[in-house]
Amino acid sequence: MTSTQAPAPGKNTVIRRPGDRIFSGLSLSAGVLILVILAGVAIFLTVQGIPGITAHPDEVKSGKSFLPYVWPLVFGTLVAATIAMLIAVPVAIGVALFISHYAPRKLGQGLGYLIDLLAAVPSVVYGLWGIGFLAPRMVPFYAWLDEHLGFLPFFGPASATGRTILTASIVLAVMILPIMTAICREIFLQTPRLHEEAALALGATRWEMARLAIFPYARSGIVSAAMLGLGRALGETLAVAMVLSVGVGTVTANLIGSDNPSTIAANIALGFAEATGKSVNALIASGLVLFVITFLVNFAARSIVDRRKEFSGAN
Amino acid sequence: MAKSIDVSDLNIYYGDFLAVEDVTIPIAAKSVTAFIGPSGCGKSTFLRSLNRMHEVIRGARVEGKVLIDGQDLYGADMDPVNVRRMIGMVFQRPNPFPTMSIYDNVLAGQKLNSKRMKKTEADDIVERSLRSAGLWAEVKERLDRPGSGLSGGQQQRLCIARAISVEPEILLMDEPCSALDPISTSVIEDLIHELKSQYTIVIVTHNMQQAARVSDETAFFNLSGVGKPGRLIEHGRTETIFSNPTDSATEAYIQGRFG
Repeated sequence: MTSTQAPAPGKNTVIRRPGDRIFSGLSLSAGVLILVILAGVAIFLTVQGIPGITAHPDEVKSGKSFLPYVWPLVFGTLVAATIAMLIAVPVAIGVALFISHYAPRKLGQGLGYLIDLLAAVPSVVYGLWGIGFLAPRMVPFYAWLDEHLGFLPFFGPASATGRTILTASIVLAVMILPIMTAICREIFLQTPRLHEEAALALGATRWEMARLAIFPYARSGIVSAAMLGLGRALGETLAVAMVLSVGVGTVTANLIGSDNPSTIAANIALGFAEATGKSVNALIASGLVLFVITFLVNFAARSIVDRRKEFSGAN
Repeated sequence: MAKSIDVSDLNIYYGDFLAVEDVTIPIAAKSVTAFIGPSGCGKSTFLRSLNRMHEVIRGARVEGKVLIDGQDLYGADMDPVNVRRMIGMVFQRPNPFPTMSIYDNVLAGQKLNSKRMKKTEADDIVERSLRSAGLWAEVKERLDRPGSGLSGGQQQRLCIARAISVEPEILLMDEPCSALDPISTSVIEDLIHELKSQYTIVIVTHNMQQAARVSDETAFFNLSGVGKPGRLIEHGRTETIFSNPTDSATEAYIQGRFG
């Protein structure tokens, strides 16, 4: 609420202490460094990507101009990330709340430790798990979906291998769960006792206490956690590339079909090694598109949080 | 509305630690009772045991009886959630929900009772509660602003409005003025006088003058030593306790000749 402002320069000479100077220098340079890195990536993507965007269909391997080429990939990326978020966000919040407020202290600590460990599992392992374990076990479930909910466009003809965009999304959800849970847990634990007691003293049950005191307090932290998870879901390469059957990807509403959409990151990973000439530029351009999408999503999320800033409890 | 409290032989434990020992005190309906005593003597713990808020701390339990108009507060069929809906509480530091507007803060308890209310009904409750808390005139133009934007004294009155909006039987106040300036304090003391006609009020205070000004009855708590449980030393009419206490420790504490 109150920002401490340095006294205006004037007759009073401001004493500059070395500690303050060093620290402000350090934090300033750290801030600038982030911007420089970000700008560097953006410039690289733009410069290298433009020839790919303007390339003639004959010059690239796909044989398509850029928009028809990248659109299915954008579609696949958004579908996979959205489904992953739909699964992971409620689970992450639930697990974090259980650890922070429901579980006995010992159990909560143990669970928290386990979840932190999950975050350290490399994505190739998740990919292997997706192909080797999850996909085959999803096959009967997909067949069931096809049979009973087949009238919905999402559950068209089912894949026989289980290697579908829905499987990839579930793997993504599992991958982003630990980081989101860990952040949510830390924020839930920091809910001021004062607010929790205010809710309890009004006769709130534990769930109502969570709704009255914990979630509003943790709102912006939950959004941050979700954004980190989403960033990983949008950009995750290996696991998705491994789970999905190879192909440039199609635009289809069918989530369980064998003719599945692909994602930008997976497409880059699969195509980069053998790409030459303008095809490389096209791949980089698709990377630029991913960069812009991530940026826009983050921007949107931040503005949602900021809209109710004065109610954030930070004052 | 406004119920009496009858406490007999109450022991309060945190785990194995006996925090408050053997309290027996009757509290009449529509009266103000002040708990005074040195820090750590168990008066806040005892206050919180009157709406089972001490159970928020793991391992807390009680032995003995607390009867609210004859109904056992710790009976097997009593749900602490319902107890707290019936017995409101105001805390030492003002704690309006920072993410809610003034309006929503007042209605927070109503919403927990999950009653569907018409807008006009809700408006009435907000106005009535804020008027009772003496805050209406100051905030009626900005009910949609965050509660955390008010001054400390206003926030505390908002918390009182929030507590009384559900029309509790009893209002517990845990040092409600200790974080406030003298002017806000006097506003809240006046408020306690007015609320007395409708509610049974129990207030913990470190301020002896405040106890003398607002309360009908005073109870003095003390510790017999470090690590020993807190005890109720004596209780009675406030005039009597302040002018002619039976126990020498009470006299010493009231006169300020005490640790």
